[in-house]
Amino acid sequence: MAKINLVINDRKIETEPGKTILEVAGENRIKIPTLCHDPRLKPYGACRVCLVEVEGARTFLPACATEVIDGMVVKTNTVPLYEIRRTIVELLLSDHELSCVTCESAGQCQLQDLAYELGIEENRFEGEKHTYTIEDYNPLIERDLNKCISCGRCVRICEEVQQNSIYTFANRGFDAIVTTPYDRSLIETKCELCGQCVSTCPTGALTEKMSRYKGRIWEIEKVKTICPYCGCGCELEIQIKNGEIVRVSTDVESGINKGNACAKGRFGYDFVNHPNRLTSPLVRKNGELVETSWDEAIKTVADKFSKIKKKHGSDAIAGLSSAKCTNEENYLMQKFMRAVIGTNNIDHCARL
Amino acid sequence: MAGLVKAFGSGAMTNSLDDIVKADVMLVIGSNTTENHPIVALEMKRAVYDFKAKLIVIDPRKIRLTEYTDMWLSQKPGTDVAVLNGLMNVIIEEGLEDKDFINKRTEDYEELKKTVIKYTPEKVENVSGIPADSLRKAARLFAAAKNGAIFYCMGITQHTTGTNNVLSIANLAMLTGNIGRPGAGVNPLRGQNNVQGACDMGALPGCVSGYQNVCDLGIIEKCKDIWGAKLPEKGGLSVTEMTDAVLRGEVKAMYIMGENPMLSDPDLNHVKEAFEKLDFLVVQDIFLTETAELADVVLPGVSFAEKDGTFTNTERRVQIVRRAIAPVGNSRPDWLIISDLAKVMGYEMNYETVGEITNEIASITPTYGGITFERVSKESVQWPCPDATHPGTPILHAEKFTRGLGKFHAVEYKPPAEETDKEYPFVLTTGRLLYHYHTGTMTRHSMGLDEVCREARVEINPEDAKKLNIKDDDWVELISRRGKVEIKACVAPRVPKGTVFVPFHFKEAPVNMLTNSALDPVSKIPELKVCAVRVERA
Ligand code: SF4
Ligand code: SF4
Ligand code: SF4
Repeated sequence: MAKINLVINDRKIETEPGKTILEVAGENRIKIPTLCHDPRLKPYGACRVCLVEVEGARTFLPACATEVIDGMVVKTNTVPLYEIRRTIVELLLSDHELSCVTCESAGQCQLQDLAYELGIEENRFEGEKHTYTIEDYNPLIERDLNKCISCGRCVRICEEVQQNSIYTFANRGFDAIVTTPYDRSLIETKCELCGQCVSTCPTGALTEKMSRYKGRIWEIEKVKTICPYCGCGCELEIQIKNGEIVRVSTDVESGINKGNACAKGRFGYDFVNHPNRLTSPLVRKNGELVETSWDEAIKTVADKFSKIKKKHGSDAIAGLSSAKCTNEENYLMQKFMRAVIGTNNIDHCARL
Repeated sequence: MAGLVKAFGSGAMTNSLDDIVKADVMLVIGSNTTENHPIVALEMKRAVYDFKAKLIVIDPRKIRLTEYTDMWLSQKPGTDVAVLNGLMNVIIEEGLEDKDFINKRTEDYEELKKTVIKYTPEKVENVSGIPADSLRKAARLFAAAKNGAIFYCMGITQHTTGTNNVLSIANLAMLTGNIGRPGAGVNPLRGQNNVQGACDMGALPGCVSGYQNVCDLGIIEKCKDIWGAKLPEKGGLSVTEMTDAVLRGEVKAMYIMGENPMLSDPDLNHVKEAFEKLDFLVVQDIFLTETAELADVVLPGVSFAEKDGTFTNTERRVQIVRRAIAPVGNSRPDWLIISDLAKVMGYEMNYETVGEITNEIASITPTYGGITFERVSKESVQWPCPDATHPGTPILHAEKFTRGLGKFHAVEYKPPAEETDKEYPFVLTTGRLLYHYHTGTMTRHSMGLDEVCREARVEINPEDAKKLNIKDDDWVELISRRGKVEIKACVAPRVPKGTVFVPFHFKEAPVNMLTNSALDPVSKIPELKVCAVRVERA
C-alpha cells in the first residue's frame, strides 16, 4: 500500500492513508484526549477535546474525524488547544455531580482524568446545575444522569452497533438529556441489557449495578479469558478483588469481539462465587450424599469402575464429556475412557 | 456435523466471524442469532446497516433478526428440506446455478437435479406454508449474490431429518458456488462455548481427537506410542444410545462431567429411569444439578474462571482460557480430577501443567499440530494448523474440498417423526432465551440474569390463545405422549398459529419431559425441535 508521511508534534511519521489523526497519533504513543470517541463507533467530532492544529487549516480540526494526508503537519499540544480543552472540561464539570469519592468510575473516568491532566482546581463556570432523580429498576444497569456529559456514546453504540436505538437525546443545549422511550426503565423497552452502553460510557453515568461498592479500578486485578457461554468465544476481562469476581469488562483492542459482549458475558459471572457451589466431594452413604475427602472419593470411583470392568467388561461403562469444559479436559476424558477404561462409549451432550 | 462431513469432508464452520460483513446476501435458517449468538448477530446487523447486505431469515417464529429484513419466510417446523429443495428448484429452473463451480468442484449434481426438480414452489407452499412467490424471490436474491453466506444452528440439526437438513444447506451453497471465499460459506453456529472443542478433542464415540477414526491404523499406532494403550476395537455408544443401553442392562456405570442430561435430554422420564437403574453414577460438576442428585459419587469441578486451558469457538479458533481466581472451596480443575482417577486405576497420567496436555494434543492431532500452549498463549489460531509455522485457516475448502470434490446429496423431504393430530394438535418447539444458557446451571445461579428472566413461559399465538381462552400469565398444561408440564403462558405474536415455543433452561418447567427422543439416524441428534402437544388451561 502507498505510504504517506506527516509530522505530529515535530515527529516525522510514516503511515498508510485512510487513518484518522487520532489513530495515527495513538499508534505512535502520542496522546490526544477524547471524550466522545470509541473505536467501535463512527467518528462524531462532538466533544471537541480532541481538536488539533493542522498547518494550513483555517480552524482547529477534530483528530477523531480528520483523515491524515501526505505532508500534513499536526500539533496536538499548543497553548490555544489547552485553553479550549480547559474551557470544555470546566463547562462539563459545572453541571456534573462531583461525587468522585464514591463513584464506581473513579480511576477510570475520562472526565476525571482530563480534569486532572488539565489541572482544573477551580471552576470559572459554577452556576446552575441539573438534578435528576431517575431510578431505573432494571437489575443490571445503573443510570445516573447527574454524571452524564451528553457525549452521545451510549446513544450511538445502541444505534450503530447494537442497532436497538433505545436511547435518544431529549431537549437541547444545556437541558439536553439522554432518555429512553417514554422515560421507561430499560427493562420495559426492547433493551437487551447487553451493557454495551455501560462499556462505552466515559463517566460514571452508566455503571453495573451488581458491582456497586464491590471495588474500584485501582484495587482490582484483571485477567483476560474467554466467555463461558455461547460459541462466539468473546474475550472477557475478569475483574477480581480479594479472590472474588466483581465485574466483567472488555477490551476494544482485542478478542474476536473487540470490546463488544452480550448480557450473559457481561453479567452472567456471579454463579462462580454462588454459595451453592459444590465445595467438597460427596459420596452416597445410606441413601444420602455426604461430604468426603478427595482420596476417598477417587478411591471409591476407581474401585467401582475396576470391579464393573472386570465383571461386565469395559463396554459396561460409559462417559459423557462436556461442551463447557476445556479442550484439555475433553481430550483427557476421552483418553481416560479409551485408554484406562477401554471403551469407545464416550460422547458429549450438545451436538451442535 | 455429520452432514457437512459427507458433503465437504469437514464438519466445521467454513468461514470466519470477521468476514460476515463481506457477504452481500446472508441466509439465516434455524438460528435465533440475536439471542443465541449475539456477537454474530452484531456482525450480521453491521453487514446490513453499514455494508448494505441483504438478509433472508427462514424461521417459524418472528425472531428479532427479522426486524432487520423484509424477507422473512416462516416455514412450518420440520419442513426445512422441502424449503431448501424449493429454493434450489427455482435456481435450477431459472438457470441461476453456478455452472462453473458445479463442473469443476463437485460431483453427483445430476442426482440432486432429478430430485430437486420435483419441488416446485407451489408444492413447497403446500408443505411448508411459505408462499410460492416469496420462495421465488428469496431464491433469486440468494442466487444473485456475489458472496452468499448461510448460517444455521440447532433449528436445523435437532430434527430426525437433521443430517438431511444440513446436506440440503450444503447443496444450496455448492449450487450457487458459495464456498471457499470470504463472505460466503456454510456456517453452523455452535451453541455452547466449547462444543467445537469437545468434538475436536474426540469426545465422540467414533473418533479420537481431530476426527481420527478409531479404526484408522495410523491413529491406532499413534495412540499406542503416545498413550501406551491399545484403542478399543468395538464401536462406542452415542449419548442417546447410552440411555437405551442402560435400560437394557448393558451399561452399568456412567461418568458424567459437566453435563446435566436430566434437563437437556429428550424424554426425561426415560432418562431418569435409566439413571436410577445404573449400578454406579459419577457426576463431576460445579453445582448439585438434577443429574448430580442421582449420583453415587459427586466430584466438585471448577468453573471457567478457575482454570487454565483452551476453548475452540464456533469459527475453529483456539483461544487461551486463563485462571482468574483460585478454585472455590475444595473443588479441583477437571483435568486434575481425571488424571488422579487414572493414576489410582493404575494408568500413569502425569501432567504438571495444563500446557503439557495442550502440547500432547498438538502431537497426536494433525489439525491442531501447530497449536502449542506457548503459541496459543500469545495468539489465537484457527485450525487446521498443521505445524508451528502455519498461520491457521480462516476459510476452509478454498482451493478444494477437504474430501476432494464437494458431493451433492439428493435428499427428499420427510415429515417429522411425530406429527400433530386431533389429540395433540400443536407443534411444540424448544430453544433458548437471551438471558439464559442451556440447562441454566450457570445463568440460573447468576442473580442479575435470573432476576431479568425468572420464569419459563410457553409462547402461544394470540389467535390460538383466544380460542383456548388463555391470557398472559395464565397457567396452562402442556401434554405430549410422553409427559406433562405446567407452565405460564405468554401470548406472543412471534410464534405462528399452531405452534408453541418453550425454552429449556428451567427446571421448574422441564420441557424435555415432553420432547421426542426419536433420533436422526446419522448424527444421532434427537428431534428436540418438533413434537406434538395439547394445550389445556390448568
Ligand atoms: S443495554 Fe444494550 S440494548 Fe440496552 S440501552 Fe444499552 S446498548 Fe442499548
Ligand atoms: S450516559 Fe454516558 S455515554 Fe451516555 S451520553 Fe451520558 S456520559 Fe455519554
Ligand atoms: S459475551 Fe455473549 S456473545 Fe460473547 S461469547 Fe459470551 S454469550 Fe456469546
